[in-house]
This record gives sequence, C-alpha cells and structure tokens, in this order.
Amino acid sequence: MKIDQLARAVLEGEPRALARAISVVESGAEGASHLIDLLYPHSGGATTIGVTGAPGAGKSTLVDRLIEGLRAEEKSVAAVAIDPSSPFTGGALLGDRVRMMRHHADDGVFIRSMANRGRFGGLAPTTRSVVHLLDAAGFDVVIVETVGVGQAEVSVAGSTMSTVLVLVPGQGDAIQALKAGVMEVADIFVVNKADREGADRMVSAIESVLQLADPLPDRTPPVLRTCATRGDGIAPLLEALDGHRAWLRKAKRLQDFRIAAAEEELRDALGHHLTDRAIAALDEKEAWIERLASREVALPRLIRVAVRAIRDAPRP
Amino acid sequence: MSEMPDIAPIRVLIGKPGLDGHDRGAKIVARALRDAGMEVIYTGLHQTPEMIVSAALQEDVQAIGLSILSGAHLTLFERTKSLMDERGCGDIILFGGGIIPGDDAEALVAMGVDAVFTPGTPTGKIVEYVKAAVEERAENGAS
Ligand SMILES: Nc1nc2c(ncn2[C@@H]2O[C@H](COP(=O)(O)OP(=O)(O)O)[C@@H](O)[C@H]2O)c(=O)[nH]1
Ligand SMILES: [Mg+2]
Repeated sequence: MKIDQLARAVLEGEPRALARAISVVESGAEGASHLIDLLYPHSGGATTIGVTGAPGAGKSTLVDRLIEGLRAEEKSVAAVAIDPSSPFTGGALLGDRVRMMRHHADDGVFIRSMANRGRFGGLAPTTRSVVHLLDAAGFDVVIVETVGVGQAEVSVAGSTMSTVLVLVPGQGDAIQALKAGVMEVADIFVVNKADREGADRMVSAIESVLQLADPLPDRTPPVLRTCATRGDGIAPLLEALDGHRAWLRKAKRLQDFRIAAAEEELRDALGHHLTDRAIAALDEKEAWIERLASREVALPRLIRVAVRAIRDAPRP
Repeated sequence: MSEMPDIAPIRVLIGKPGLDGHDRGAKIVARALRDAGMEVIYTGLHQTPEMIVSAALQEDVQAIGLSILSGAHLTLFERTKSLMDERGCGDIILFGGGIIPGDDAEALVAMGVDAVFTPGTPTGKIVEYVKAAVEERAENGAS
C-alpha cells in the first residue's frame, strides 16, 4: 500500500491500516518519515496517560481496568505496552496483552505491544511517534505502559500528559528512589495490590516523602489505593486523572507541557539521529575508537572529527 | 547498550486457544522464538479464535502459532483460519503444535494451516521454519 493511502486509511480509523502504519514507523522503513509527516498534524486531540512502575506491580492489569472504565464513559482507548528487548538477541517476549484480552471484540479499543529495542528510559525509540499515530487515528485516550521506576526510566513522564506511578505494599526500595528525586515523575501515585498486607503503610510512606518536597509544588500528587485484579479503586483513579487534566488546563499549564514534551521529543530523537549519522559517516570508525581507548586522541577532538564527518557526508 | 540493528525483527503471536490449561509447550516455543531475535506477543491461556485473530491484526504479526492440546484442534484451527480470511489477514502464516494425529495434521494443512509440529519437535526446527516462511512470504508479497 502506498504511504499516502495508508495515512488516509489510518485517519479513517481502519484498524488494519493503523497496525501496518505502526510497523512502518517502528521499523524506520522507507516511508516512515513521510507517514509521520502526513499524520502528525492530525494528532494532538487525544488525552495521553503514562502508567509506569516495577515489573509485576500490576500495571497491565490496571491498564485493562482503566480501559474498562474509560469505555464505560464511551471514550475510545488505545494502549501501547512496552517490554524490554533482550540486549543479546534483540528478541522480546511481550506479555502485557495477556491481561487485556477481554476487549478484543470492542472496536473502540486498540492495543499494541512494543519492544523497547534496546532503548533506556522506559520507552522504545519510536513510542512517541506511535502515540502520535494513535492520536491521529482518533482515539480519545492513549495509554502508555512502560517498565521501570528507576531514575533512568522516566522518559514517559515527560511524554504523556498525566503519569501514574504504580507501587505495591512493601516496596521499600521505591520509597528510597522517591526520596532521591523520582518523585517528580508522577502526577498520581497508586498503591496497587491494596488487598495485600501493608498498603496503608505504603500510602503513608509515599505521602510523607511527598511532604518533604522542597520547594513545595503547587500541586501535591494524590496517593491512591487500587486492587486491579478486583477492580477496586478504579473510579477514584479515573477521577484523579480528570482532576489532573483539569489542573493542566488551568493557567496555560497544558501549553507548557506540550512545549516541554516537544522539546524533549526533539532532543531525544535528534540525539540518536545525529549519533547514528556521525558514527556512520566517520571514516575508519574502529581505528578512531581504538585511538580514543589508547589515549591517542581525546574526546573533544574526536567529536569535532565526527561532526565534520556528518557535514561532509553525502545526504542520506 | 547500543541501538538494535535496523532490520525489523519478525513479530509472531503465540496463543493457546481452547480449554486445556497447559501452556508449557507454548511458552517454550515463545522463548525459543524470542531467543532467535523475534518479538513474540504471548496472549496466554484460554483464548478464542476471535481474540487471537483480533490481537494478530492489531499487533501486525507475520505469523501466528497456536498450541492446542485439548483435542479440539480441527475446529479451533478452522475457525481461526476462516476469521483470518474474513478479516483480511489470511496472508499471515498460521502454524500449530500439540497432540495432533497424523491424519488430522493432513486435514489441517488441507484447510490452509501452513505447518503442524508434533510434540517433541526440536524448537530449533520451529524457529527455522518461521524464519524461512516469513522470508518466503515477504518475497512473494513484494513481487
Ligand atoms: N493480589 C493482587 N494481585 C494483583 C493485583 N493487580 C495485579 N495483580 C497480579 O500481579 C501480577 C502481575 O500483574 P501485571 O498486570 O502483569 O503487572 P505488570 O508487570 O506491572 O504489568 C499478575 O499475576 C496479576 O494478576 C492486585 O491488585 N492484587
Ligand atoms: Mg505489564
């Protein structure tokens, strides 16, 4: 299918075309940039929600419940669930969908699994573009599920309007991470598996860390309790998400978010793009790297060489 | 960790339709395909053909592998295949494994299942099959 035709079918909400378009963007295949050029102007209407947290915290189960709740409000929902690729083989086992299978017959739900393809930060290299595609396809809400709560895993926070950090009772290491500053990554904290011993203690621990914030932010994130398997606490979570969005809409915050997200997206993509191009353009790359390793050349000079190599390389 | 190579990994869906609750075989195959560099979407136990085909569509996989131990393979594959044709994704490779008698395996191939593996098939053979079948279909599709 031609790219223009594919883009049109995506805008018409044709699921097969959307699935194909995501693959085109994800593989960086020929036509990927053209497709993004065509579809990006149609995005921006969707509400975007990030759900992050450690493996096993219950993110996928929670996303399934959010989908259910949003569908009850008659909002169409797309979900992108990211799992890590193996650094050795590039392969990946993508199992998030297992928890979301019951929406299969619902045309208002589209779920896509993505492997991170070696990228740190919780997102795959093309996740943001895929979110734009789903947005352009007309979904009211796009949910992104990512792995990780460490400081290296916060990309999602800057790329979705509202970010939910999912924790579980007894997760003491997460409290330590919050103290170290991961706190800023979440707009809403959820203690999932609240059916388990220790949920109250976890909630108070998070709340006390949030009170330590200095300077005090103009909005303190709520800390909620859910039991995703039973579906408890989902309505308050949806309300909190609405509340956060209403807060964003006030005082131009949403506009500020969009600008910041756009800048982050540019920095991230440009960084990787230029690195790839410089490495590809560098003559005798291995020799240069060896010289760097043996202290024959220092980094600033090698960077100048690489930048010059990009400039002199024929346009790709 | 550096970025992955440019060639897009093969995407495969591994599912376990039907009522029996043993997904050991399906998981072993899923892991073998992952270890061969593929992106494997695992859809879990007790899936209906409707669920599997709709997931395969959204995930844009090149192959679907079903593990069936319940003895209901004929109906389950037939339903899956006809849904695939109905929904315009009959071009996805469909293969399966499980306890499937020889006669039934022939019947499955006759109804359009691309390959049937019996229990004990080395996973390496399944990996090689998926790679070759995806490559072949890509070439045919491109021409
Ligand atoms: N007890 C309990 N188990 C849960 C809850 N939510 C999820 N789980 C279970 O936790 C495991 C991991 O869930 P999953 O959603 O896959 O977590 P993810 O890795 O964060 O996406 C599964 O076995 C779920 O059934 C909950 O609220 N309570
Ligand atoms: Mg998950």
